[in-house]
Amino acid sequence: MAAQTLFEKIWNDHVVRAEPDGTTLLYIDRHLVHEVTSPQAFEGLAVAGRTPRRPGAALAVPDHNVPTTDRRVAIADPISAKQIQTLDDNCKTFGITMFGMNDIRQGVVHVIGPEQGFTLPGMTIVCGDSHTSTHGAFGALAFGIGTSEVEHVLATQCLVQKRPKTMEVRVDGQLSPRCSAKDVILAIIGKIGTAGGTGYVIEYTGSAIRALSMEGRMTLCNMSIEGGARAGMVAPDDTTFAYIEGRPMAPKGALWDQAVTAWRQLATDPGAKYDAVVELRAETIAPQVTWGTSPGMVTGVDGNVPDPRTMGDDKLRQATERALEYMALLPGMPIRDIKIDKVFIGSCTNSRIEDLRLAASFAKGKKVASTVHAMVVPGSGLVKQQAEQEGLDRIFKESGFEWREAGCSMCLAMNADVLQPGERCASTSNRNFEGRQGAGGRTHLVSPAMAVAAAVEGHFVDIRHWS
Amino acid sequence: MDAFTTITGLVAPLDRLNVDTDQIIPKQFLKTIKRTGLREGLFYDWRRRKDGSQDPAFFLNQPRYQKATILLARDNFGCGSSREHAPWALLDQGFRCVLAPSFADIFYNNCFQNGILPVVLTGPEIQALFEGVTAREGYQLTVDLAAQQVTMPDGASYHFEIDPFRKDCLYRGLDAIGLTLQHAGRITEYEQRRRTQAPWLFQDVR
Ligand code: SF4
Repeated sequence: MAAQTLFEKIWNDHVVRAEPDGTTLLYIDRHLVHEVTSPQAFEGLAVAGRTPRRPGAALAVPDHNVPTTDRRVAIADPISAKQIQTLDDNCKTFGITMFGMNDIRQGVVHVIGPEQGFTLPGMTIVCGDSHTSTHGAFGALAFGIGTSEVEHVLATQCLVQKRPKTMEVRVDGQLSPRCSAKDVILAIIGKIGTAGGTGYVIEYTGSAIRALSMEGRMTLCNMSIEGGARAGMVAPDDTTFAYIEGRPMAPKGALWDQAVTAWRQLATDPGAKYDAVVELRAETIAPQVTWGTSPGMVTGVDGNVPDPRTMGDDKLRQATERALEYMALLPGMPIRDIKIDKVFIGSCTNSRIEDLRLAASFAKGKKVASTVHAMVVPGSGLVKQQAEQEGLDRIFKESGFEWREAGCSMCLAMNADVLQPGERCASTSNRNFEGRQGAGGRTHLVSPAMAVAAAVEGHFVDIRHWS
Repeated sequence: MDAFTTITGLVAPLDRLNVDTDQIIPKQFLKTIKRTGLREGLFYDWRRRKDGSQDPAFFLNQPRYQKATILLARDNFGCGSSREHAPWALLDQGFRCVLAPSFADIFYNNCFQNGILPVVLTGPEIQALFEGVTAREGYQLTVDLAAQQVTMPDGASYHFEIDPFRKDCLYRGLDAIGLTLQHAGRITEYEQRRRTQAPWLFQDVR
């Protein structure tokens, strides 16, 4: 048989039926559901008198709307409360397992899937959420879908798909000390652009990727969508298996051995071809900071805000001018001179235990600047519990960070955690769109280490040289 | 879903790159549990000035574009979040067709689920349409799905490509789930085969 990529193997394993024109009925192994993109799907099922084909393949959790303050009091926003209640009702009606708001296992949907062993190599995984790409870190084919497709998967356990193209993003070499997966993915997006991956599934390869922990690989795959790719993946290896083994929903005993044997076959065969290849050297990646209103508007912390006047392309110049106006930045100013008001450490990109350990190690013994308000929002109740057992919460609190309950929080500010107009935030999340963290708010995407340093200094600093 | 055959309608130009779904419909409108009534949220922040008043410079606030059914856009339209609220809001405003040089994948897909036709034309073709629509009030286009053609007021036309399966579903307004369920037998066969090959995939979530 011809040499195959990781993607091709998983795709071929899931073809239920293929038309001569390539339209494929693709089987979906796992389905994550959250409160924002599911109500209309359940309503559609009910209206058509349909039921979920395999309720046992789905897992639901409220995360986008949940407050990150004391959960014992009722949710202040009645519309948020209603959406969360609707998820609860739908899961009961249709027999879907849900981790409720006060369940210790509750958290951001892309944090809890891997945490529970729900996410496994070789699977097809979908969710009505574009950051479903996160789960590709396990060597799964995972991508975001719209609400109509959520309904489609519930009813049929399948999706109608055209096969995407494949792109290899190869990162070889060794990252600079204190640089992380976040810097790698931001540098990749800076290189390929926010639409560079459109129509592709990305496979991340190379020695720098192999060296990443599972948390790092999740950060990387998470932001594939910011590069336009619906899915990003990393071939599973011993790091992957060690992470999964023993998790509540992972296979056990003989089934575990059988699964691992199968998973070892998934890696791309030598000589397999990708439709496109992009290469980066890890050593050249500086800590990254976005300066604009699209994740591709990014540069190293040692760089400057670009000058639109030097841009030849009209559309690009206009977009840059507009972004600088929105961000209230001057052309050519050093990134390090940008002062911030808020810091948000959290989101499905960077809120796992490793992220928090790292952030705490930088925060220890330091104080958040008096001009800065900083908060840490763990990715799940279990991450929070683990962090508290390790005393990380105390380190954060002593440094002046707020320590919150798990959820999406200020990543999209659908709950009460919102930037005020004009406020500037160093954020470990994944989107710096206009108003993403609150109307008029200004977002700079960075790694957790960079976020802590910015909180302490009140402006961006190069974490490589920060004492 | 409404079928899409041919429409002739007013065109509204949105001259910005990388329009993301957070701009098309901001988060505060995602708390709804319905698909309808999202028009109010469409480009909510862009429609307003800093003091909250309507910005007359924004295209959708201009009387000449009020009744538009065709949206003209730039590269990478609909990037970002997978929220289907974006096409729902466009539909609620009256848009049945979006023309752009490129679309983000999930948004492109979501359009077809809602009877909206996303049309990809080349950069120069889109540029020409922008020039046409801004030069003349009442500028209309005819979009013919069967012929895969966009026709300008002077009778000249551009051809566009579209996946045949998607075209057929949209043209006939088919229920995608109903179509898939016709293959229920094949799905069951697949599940039986897979269950023996990879039984761990069939452990129920608890
Ligand atoms: S943390 Fe942010 S990006 Fe992730 S699922 Fe929540 S809202 Fe979406």
